[in-house]
Amino acid sequence: MDNILEAQKKIATLAADELETPPLSLKQLTWRRFKRHKMAVAGLVVLALLILYAFGGALFVSEQYANYNDTRLSLGAPSATHLFGTDSIGRDILARTIYGGQISLLIGLFAVTIETVFGILVGALAGYYGGWIDSLLMRFTEAMLNIPEIFLLIVMAKFFGGKIPELTILGRVYSGSLVVIIVIIGLTSWMYLARIVRAEFLSLKENEFVLAARATGTSDKGIIFQHILPNCVAPIVVTATLGVANAILSEAYISFLGLGVQPPTATWGNMLDGANQYIESAPWLWFFPGLLILLTVLSINYVGDGLRDALDPRGRAI
Amino acid sequence: MWAMVYGMPSTRAAGQFEAKLPMSTLLEVNELRTRFHTPEGIVYAVNGVSFQVDEGETLAVVGESGCGKSVSMLSILQLIPIPPGEIAGGTALYGSRDLLKMTEAEMMTIRGKEIAMIFQDPMTSLNPVLTIGHQITESLRVHTSLDRKAAEQKAAELLDTVGIPDAAHRLGDYPHQFSGGMRQRVMIAMALACGPSLLIADEPTTALDVTIQAQIVELVTKIRNEERMAVIWITHDLGVVAGIADRVNVMYAGFIVETAKVFSLYENPLHPYTNALIGALPRVDRRRDKRLKSISGAPPSLLVEPHGCPFAPRCDHVIERCRIETPQLLPVGEAHSVACWVNIHSKGPR
Repeated sequence: MDNILEAQKKIATLAADELETPPLSLKQLTWRRFKRHKMAVAGLVVLALLILYAFGGALFVSEQYANYNDTRLSLGAPSATHLFGTDSIGRDILARTIYGGQISLLIGLFAVTIETVFGILVGALAGYYGGWIDSLLMRFTEAMLNIPEIFLLIVMAKFFGGKIPELTILGRVYSGSLVVIIVIIGLTSWMYLARIVRAEFLSLKENEFVLAARATGTSDKGIIFQHILPNCVAPIVVTATLGVANAILSEAYISFLGLGVQPPTATWGNMLDGANQYIESAPWLWFFPGLLILLTVLSINYVGDGLRDALDPRGRAI
Repeated sequence: MWAMVYGMPSTRAAGQFEAKLPMSTLLEVNELRTRFHTPEGIVYAVNGVSFQVDEGETLAVVGESGCGKSVSMLSILQLIPIPPGEIAGGTALYGSRDLLKMTEAEMMTIRGKEIAMIFQDPMTSLNPVLTIGHQITESLRVHTSLDRKAAEQKAAELLDTVGIPDAAHRLGDYPHQFSGGMRQRVMIAMALACGPSLLIADEPTTALDVTIQAQIVELVTKIRNEERMAVIWITHDLGVVAGIADRVNVMYAGFIVETAKVFSLYENPLHPYTNALIGALPRVDRRRDKRLKSISGAPPSLLVEPHGCPFAPRCDHVIERCRIETPQLLPVGEAHSVACWVNIHSKGPR
C-alpha cells in the first residue's frame, strides 16, 4: 500500500519532460530495428573484419612484397612462410589478398558512387518532370537493361582497357585499368536504382509538402534535392549497399576473364585469373580470394537486407 | 455578432467596419477560367471567376468541396499541374502585372514573398524529413540575402510570433514532434517569413478540432491587423467566415454566385444557394427540436460544359430562363452582387 502511494507521489512530481521518453531519432530507430536482424549484425561484423584485414594488413606487409615474384617459389602450398601459399609466379597469396582486398573494396565503393549519382539523376528527373523527359530517360534505361550486363562490361572493358596510363595516388601506383573498371561498372549498374528513384519521386511529388514548397517560391532544383530526395534515402541506401556487393562480383567476373584490373595491381578478381588451370593441383590459388569474395558479398547482402527491414517505415513495430 | 450566432468567437476589434478609408486594390482577378483535361473529358473547374482583394482586407471564399475554390487560388499562383490543367483565360492583376502571364522564374519571386499560401492539412504539408527550422528559413534563403544565422534568428522570432513556446530550441525539431495545431502555426510562420502582402489560406482549420480552429483564426486575424496583410480565406465553414471575413465570395460549380460584405450576406442572402447554405447551418438561437434544412440533389458534374445557371437543378426558385442563360454577377446593392435571374424575396424576375 505504502509502495503504491509512494509510486504515485513520484509520478506526480515528475517534470513535464520526464513523463515522456524523448522521441527517438530516425537513426536510433533504424539501429534498434537493425540490431534485431541477427544475420545483418553478423554481416556487419564480418564486413568490419574484412575491411580491417585489407587495410590493417597493409601495415604488416608491404606492397613490394605482394608484387614480388620469385619463380622458384611458384605454386607453393600453404606453409609457415607463405600462409596462403604462392601463385604461379611465386607471389605470396596472403599479401596479395590484402592488397587485392583494398582494390576490390574500393572498386565496390567508387563504382557504387557513380551508380548512385547516375541513378538518382536519371530517376529524379524522370520521376519529377514526367512527360517526354520521363519517356526519353526511361526508354534509355530500359535499353541499357536489355543489354546483358556482362556483355556490356566485356565490350567496354575491351574498348577502354589500356587507354588510361598508370596513376600514382598517395605514393602508390595503380593500373589505369582500375579507373576504367570503376567507371564501366558504375555506368552499367545504375538502371535499377534509377527505376527505384523514379518510382519514389512519382509518388512523393504528389505530397502536399511539395505544393507547399512550390508556394514558398522554391525552385525545382530545391524541391528535387532538398525536399523529395531526403524522403527516399532508405531505398537508395539499401540499393547502394547491395550495389557494392554486385560491383565486387562484376569486377571478379571481368578480372577472371583477364579484361579487368591488370597485374601487377592485385584484386580478388584477377587473382582468380589463371587459377582455373590449377583447380585441383593448387586449390589455394582460388580458395582464398574466392572465400574472401564470398564472405564480402554475403555479408554485404545481409547488411543490405537488415537495412531494408530497418529503414522500411511500414516495418512492423518499433 | 453573426459569428456568435454560428458558434465562433468573433475576433474583430470593435468598430473595425466603420469609416474605413478607401483602400487600393491589391489583386484583381478577371474572368479566370481553369480546365483539366482528363481521360473522362474536360473538367470545367473554374468558369469565369472575377473578384478583387483590397490591401489589408480579409476575403472569404466559401463553397462546397469541388466548387473551384482551391483551384482558382492555385491558378492565380500558377500552381496547378499543367498538363492536365490549363488556364484557359482571364487575368490576375497584381499591381500592374498579370500573374497569369508571368514566367515560372517571375512567379518564383512572387510565391512566398508577395503572396504566401497555407494549406489544409498541416500533417502533410510539412516535409517529414526536414527540421522546421530548415523549412521556415527556406523562404528566407530563397527570397532574401540573410545569412544562415540571421535567418535562424528570424525563424525563431516568427515561431514566437505564432505562439510556439521556447521557439529558439524548437528549430531543430521535426514536424512529427508537433501537434496538429502547432504544425499549422509552423505553416503560418513559414508563410509570414518574407512579409507577404497577401496570404491565401486554403481551409487552414478544416483538419483541426474546434478549439484549435478558434486559436488559428484568432492568430491569423491578429497577424493580419499587425502586418496590414490581406487574407483570402478558403473554407466551407460559414461559422469561421462570420468570425474573420470582411467580404465573402460564395462559389458554386466553378462560378461566383454571390459576393457581399459579410454582414450583408448573412442578413440578406440574395442567391438561392447562399440562402440555402445559411438555412442549413445550426444556430445557437434556434429551437433545438427543429431539423436543419438540407439542399436536395448534388452539385452538377463539372465534366459538362456549363449551360445556364449551375444551381438551377437544385433551386427552389428556378424559372425557365435559368436553364438557358447563365446569369452574370451583377451589383444589387452597396458592395453586394449576385448572379441570379430571380429576386428570391419578391419571387419575381430580377
